[in-house]
Amino acid sequence: MSLPPRRAVLPSIALLLLLAACSGGKKESAGKGAPVPDVPAYGDAIVEGSIGDVSGFLTAVTTDASSHEAAGYVFNGLVRYDRNLKLEGELAESWEVSPDGKKITFHLRKGVKWHDGAPFTSDDVMFTYRRMIDPRTPTAYGEDFRQVKRASAPDPGTFVVEYARPFAPALASWGMHVLPKHLLENYPDISKSPLNRKPLGTGPYRFVEWKTGEKVVFDANPDYFEGKPYIARVITRVIPDQATMFLELKSGGVDIMTLTPPQYVRQTETAEFRKSFNRYKYTASGYTYLGFRLSHPFFRDRRVRQAIAFAADKKALIDGVLLGLGQAATGPYKPGTWAYNPNVRKYPHEPARAKALLAEAGWKEKDGVLVKDGQPFEFTVLTNAGNDARAKTAAILQQNLAEVGIRMKIRTVEWAAFINEFIDKRKFDAVILGWNITPDPDQFDIWHSSKTGPKELNHVGFANPEVDRLLDEGRSTFDLERRKKAYFRIQEVLAEEQPYVFLYVPEALPVVHNRFRGIVPAPAGITYNFIKWYVPAALQKHRIQP
Amino acid sequence: MLRYIARRLLLTVPLLVGISLISFLMMHMAPGGPIGAGTDMNPKATAESRARLQAYYGLDQPLHVQYGRWLGRMATLDFGDSFSPDGRPVAEKIKERIPITLTINVLSMGLIFLVAVPVGVYSAVRRGSLFDRISTVAVFTGFAIPTFWLALLMMILFGVKLGWLPISGISSMDFDSLGTLGKIADRGRHLVLPVLLAGFGGLAGMSRYMRSNMLEVIRQDYIATARAKGLPERTVVFRHAMRNALLPVITILGLSVPDLLGGSVIFETIFAIPGMGQLFYQGVMSRDYPLIMGILTIGAFLTLLGNLLADVGYALADPRIRQG
Repeated sequence: MSLPPRRAVLPSIALLLLLAACSGGKKESAGKGAPVPDVPAYGDAIVEGSIGDVSGFLTAVTTDASSHEAAGYVFNGLVRYDRNLKLEGELAESWEVSPDGKKITFHLRKGVKWHDGAPFTSDDVMFTYRRMIDPRTPTAYGEDFRQVKRASAPDPGTFVVEYARPFAPALASWGMHVLPKHLLENYPDISKSPLNRKPLGTGPYRFVEWKTGEKVVFDANPDYFEGKPYIARVITRVIPDQATMFLELKSGGVDIMTLTPPQYVRQTETAEFRKSFNRYKYTASGYTYLGFRLSHPFFRDRRVRQAIAFAADKKALIDGVLLGLGQAATGPYKPGTWAYNPNVRKYPHEPARAKALLAEAGWKEKDGVLVKDGQPFEFTVLTNAGNDARAKTAAILQQNLAEVGIRMKIRTVEWAAFINEFIDKRKFDAVILGWNITPDPDQFDIWHSSKTGPKELNHVGFANPEVDRLLDEGRSTFDLERRKKAYFRIQEVLAEEQPYVFLYVPEALPVVHNRFRGIVPAPAGITYNFIKWYVPAALQKHRIQP
Repeated sequence: MLRYIARRLLLTVPLLVGISLISFLMMHMAPGGPIGAGTDMNPKATAESRARLQAYYGLDQPLHVQYGRWLGRMATLDFGDSFSPDGRPVAEKIKERIPITLTINVLSMGLIFLVAVPVGVYSAVRRGSLFDRISTVAVFTGFAIPTFWLALLMMILFGVKLGWLPISGISSMDFDSLGTLGKIADRGRHLVLPVLLAGFGGLAGMSRYMRSNMLEVIRQDYIATARAKGLPERTVVFRHAMRNALLPVITILGLSVPDLLGGSVIFETIFAIPGMGQLFYQGVMSRDYPLIMGILTIGAFLTLLGNLLADVGYALADPRIRQG
């Protein structure tokens, strides 16, 4: 399943600063400073740079990355994704799924306390569930919880949910942050409760203060159920401009941020920089695509779509847009994850084959432009304004397509207008957009033929009975092997059909000051073990008095 | 005079209602809506959750009902609650942004006047001199240089290379542990670059304006008379010419009143300043209707107030207008 495409304009989405979103990374530079004993020690503070401010701490009612990330320090869900992007228990110690797949029983961790000392029980989980389906809660995430047929809390340590039919993505939905019933039950609308600004949870860090538009401060929770975090304080500074943030990093005002490809390639290669910072590189959880309106007379023909895939020079795109920091996408899943099928049909840059396919489809070249039935092959690609990477992608594709005689015009539109006037009304020939790739591979909403209505996400109008069936099968079983089989086949069909030309998957490029140790890159990125990060006593920079 | 002021103040009410109505309609004509930021392209958001959110914010009502509700609240000076996820009162969100924006604007405006008036006067008196030419080039350079670029250069020089000034933000990490004087000093250090840059960009307009006013005045007969009386040049320039040349500045001051609370998005973004510019920009991008309306209404009110103040100030300063 995927979340909104990333945008550059709004503070919200663009950041994704090291979200549990990365895979198979390796540390780039081992620039360790002077030799110091590498022993874990408590203390010091880490300053994170974030381009967007938090909009609220209750993730039920917020949708932007900055807010979800900040809330992650304070709250826990029943489940979470581990270092390999597999679900594991967080507030739930374990769970079991009934043989028919309709009932999930969560066994909750014992002895967990809210930051105010109140005990955490199944009542809190029940309360959270009720608020998720309450119409007075302004949430965009209610749907997963409305699938629940019956929920019960037979004892303080057990929570049971039943579904009308087996629904695999439901398990991940219980990663929703559990809310403290004793502090919220008097607020019918949780978004208006003080907790949305001054959160109190069960998480590794306690909220200290939030200066709007400036910073958020958290202190380590000594009673955290997985042990007290080493780093005593986390400060998230809002710095909306990437260039400013980078200067802050170099001058010591920020310890961790995400680099842009030009910063990574051109501005961090110096010996001086490497002496103080470690850079990391992973496959990001997102891809960029060229999507066709499949009812368009040009694009109805599969051969035309395949021809465009052959014409698109993915290597030039990766080099030009990402300065080489990315890989070609072959489908809607992240390379290296369990659902990713590496053996699908590939489309190398072969303009000759593109031309042959187009000729087969009836397009004839005339004065450098393809013509069929007296109509020149000319269309407009739309993308959202303010996203530099997509604008560059469009420019390179324009040139690629011109080589095979297709005239592509480019138009950029402000985000809201783009969605409401063009995507929702299906008034486009083709679009350049991106999807985030979530760890659960269910992509029913993007590819199922029933999801082509207004505001629904199959905006290209893809309809394939086999894919429909496989999507249903993939989400209705918890059996990983069966799911994998379904999603592998879906990728084969998508590669053959090319409703999108899957373009590229960028790299996530975090950089961290090298006094922080204990960072172990994994498919999930680097922040999954944040509570185990530490600064050796001799290198600590800030003295924190709680 | 009092009756005149009272009448003008009364007239602002229908004007404000008119402005707010136009703003309201324009805002709703723009594509998208408040719930789009969270639900567009979000597979978790179904038609049902969208409908619930629309109803939650009262967006399912016809436009005239929505406007009526807003106007009704405004009559009691209630700006309503923001549509952003924090759901806080708009008045509170604006209030917390005012001090920093006001400080920067007052300081940079002060800086502009302090520098631009003498530069303008001197350039006019010594028209065509080396100083005149150099200052002209300098102020136009300031006007023409993209501020975001200059800002980055200055950050690199003063923040990274020399380490004299903080790069961005409005306070240091240890701000809360500082004494009062320390806090003022810390805030001051953070404001040096933003204020300097905002001032530099605004110098051109003001100094050119001052210069042309002064040139106009110097050509007047009464200046010739003053000189003929044998008054020293200093007295002629400062007592007779400059005071008259300063009169139109009152208008500029009046028109600047709404600017005091308007922040620059570009500036605030580069320097990471949580001011009004960013608030409004984010409000517009997320279609936070109550917030947009709140800021527009305050802006409209201040504009009308500034005009009134300018007219009154002019009348007080210039006897010709008072009597006429």
